[in-house]
Amino acid sequence: MADESTNQGIPAPEGEADIIDTDYEIGQDNIETQIGPIGVDIHNPVFPVSGFVIVAFVFYALALPDQAATFFNWLRPAVTSTFDWFFFGAADLFVLFCLFLIVSPWGKVRLGGNEATPDYSYIGWFAMLFAAGMGIGLMFYGVSEPMSHFSSSFGGTAVPEGGGARTDWAPLGAAAGDQAEAVRLGMAATIFHWGLHPWAIYAIVALALALFTYNKGLPLTIRSAFYPIFGERVWGWVGHIIDILAVYATLFGLATSLGFGATQANAGLHELFGVPTGATTEVILISVITVIALISVMRGLDGGVKVLSEINMGLAFLLLIFVLIAGPTAVILSGFASSLMAYIEYLPALSNPVGREDVNFSQGWTAFYWAWWISWSPFVGMFIARVSRGRTVREFVICVLLIPSLVCVLWMSVFGGTAIHQVLSDGFTGAQDAALELKLFKMLGELPLAGITSFVGIVLVVVFFVTSSDSGSLVIDTITAGGKVDAPVPQRVFWCIFEGAVAIVLLLGGGLGALQAMVISTGLPFTVVLLLMCWAIFRGLLTEAR
Amino acid sequence: MFSKIMVPVDLAHAARLDKALQMASDLAHLYQAEVVFVGVTTSQPSSVAHNPQEFAAKLDSFATEQADKRRITASGHAVVSHDPAVDLEATLIEACNNIGAGLIVMASHVPSVRDYLFHAHGGRVAEKAPVSVLVVRET
Repeated sequence: MADESTNQGIPAPEGEADIIDTDYEIGQDNIETQIGPIGVDIHNPVFPVSGFVIVAFVFYALALPDQAATFFNWLRPAVTSTFDWFFFGAADLFVLFCLFLIVSPWGKVRLGGNEATPDYSYIGWFAMLFAAGMGIGLMFYGVSEPMSHFSSSFGGTAVPEGGGARTDWAPLGAAAGDQAEAVRLGMAATIFHWGLHPWAIYAIVALALALFTYNKGLPLTIRSAFYPIFGERVWGWVGHIIDILAVYATLFGLATSLGFGATQANAGLHELFGVPTGATTEVILISVITVIALISVMRGLDGGVKVLSEINMGLAFLLLIFVLIAGPTAVILSGFASSLMAYIEYLPALSNPVGREDVNFSQGWTAFYWAWWISWSPFVGMFIARVSRGRTVREFVICVLLIPSLVCVLWMSVFGGTAIHQVLSDGFTGAQDAALELKLFKMLGELPLAGITSFVGIVLVVVFFVTSSDSGSLVIDTITAGGKVDAPVPQRVFWCIFEGAVAIVLLLGGGLGALQAMVISTGLPFTVVLLLMCWAIFRGLLTEAR
Repeated sequence: MFSKIMVPVDLAHAARLDKALQMASDLAHLYQAEVVFVGVTTSQPSSVAHNPQEFAAKLDSFATEQADKRRITASGHAVVSHDPAVDLEATLIEACNNIGAGLIVMASHVPSVRDYLFHAHGGRVAEKAPVSVLVVRET
């Protein structure tokens, strides 16, 4: 006879479950068939429509490059300048909502039931938080952004003759001629873009998906978070459109980043090792990254992306410690405290949605960043949700919002602080003058063991690209399989190759910039999606056992 | 010869397992062995169950049903895998060690060209398992 005690794989009862009673069965809309030798299990219509729309947009960008570039390059700034107040207000609300969840009684709710145990250790979990979207950005902007804001702040404000909007790019009222204050403002503005706000955006999406997947029993796909709003209609076209939009933003976001990343990596390799620049090298780079991502994808979540994320976290930590020790240690450490204080001090003014005088900064930098993070949030949020079962809401928000924000403060203080110190104390302007992709390497070049640290830097860039591509393929595969996380492996292989192919086609045919502008524009509809998710989280938590 | 026989089951496609189930049952009678049905699930909801607990309960009912139908001693053993599309074989082998099974009876599809790229689960388990594996072709 059956003996329940033998179920050792699931050791203890996992507590009360508040499963949503729906007639929908996961996979009921899926097509499970054999295409040649390959078995597939795909959602109809999300998989075919997403694929078709992506191919159609690639053709549009290639067939009418000027028209596409003109349109999307108009659309992106139009969105961020017209709706800047909306992005600012929404992002502020996400931060406040997350902070509220930490202190609210719902902080005790555990994802997966009140006895559920975490799927991953803290180390593995933290490493994977950075794998999907943030890691690569820290590599490229860790040196460049603090420097940009420091320079523009130090330069002061500029108003055209006869009045009008300011023409400078400095945050807030700048700090003309005041070196110390320009450093503080520059660091505060940088941390603002990489701290609480982006992580709150990711946390909202991740928490909504985790709650409706693990506690409510709905499929792991974006539409599930909308069940409290649309009810059973979420399994129809409303849900299809939400999922297709998420696939579309994720794939184009990844492909355009991969395309631009290859260009930047090529420039870096040229500078460091004299590797020739050009389309051939860039195509080889995209292919190499895609092949490594493919191997990782085929090794699965634990054997692939988790292992790579942990390696990268270890390497990034070593590089951070090295720069801290080899660089101006005392300046960096005092800079960390001072940057954190400056961030807290300037946060209300920087996050103010209305009446801004620093239009270039608030629209060109902040609103751009908010749209960017929001357009990436379905991808990053869903990946975080996938690995976050077993955490309480409080633990989840602290670990996805506060700790990564602090890591970003530390990273920016060490890398940006060192580069700024090189300018101010040593008069070395190499990093300041260099192109974006070279700033990190120029800064490292001034420190000992530059050959080794530059090599580590390149490995970090490549592996962060690989983990982005890998986790992106897993996310797209899950959405296009109707929330099934165990769909056949060839499907995720397909998305991984497809993403590399789109990047290569756009790189060779032109159109990377246009499509990236379009992806960022999707930040606007997704802001509405995220606001609805806040409401859904609230509704979902109300019925949970605390 | 064997005190425990492990039979991996895919509850979403239980109907396809008939030959393997019959074979396991015959061997269980022959060796007076207990049959342990092993099911691998995910933390996320699937077409079979909303959560791992519900999956374990369904596997137990499956085991009870089989025990009654085939007059064998049977139990369920559910295991959670983070990524079963890739880790299925490793998860099954770990389950085999935990259970202490002496034989695995496993259904498998007929090999085809795709097995060069993506291994058949039965073949991989047979290659790596520490105990005897009987791979039963379903067609």
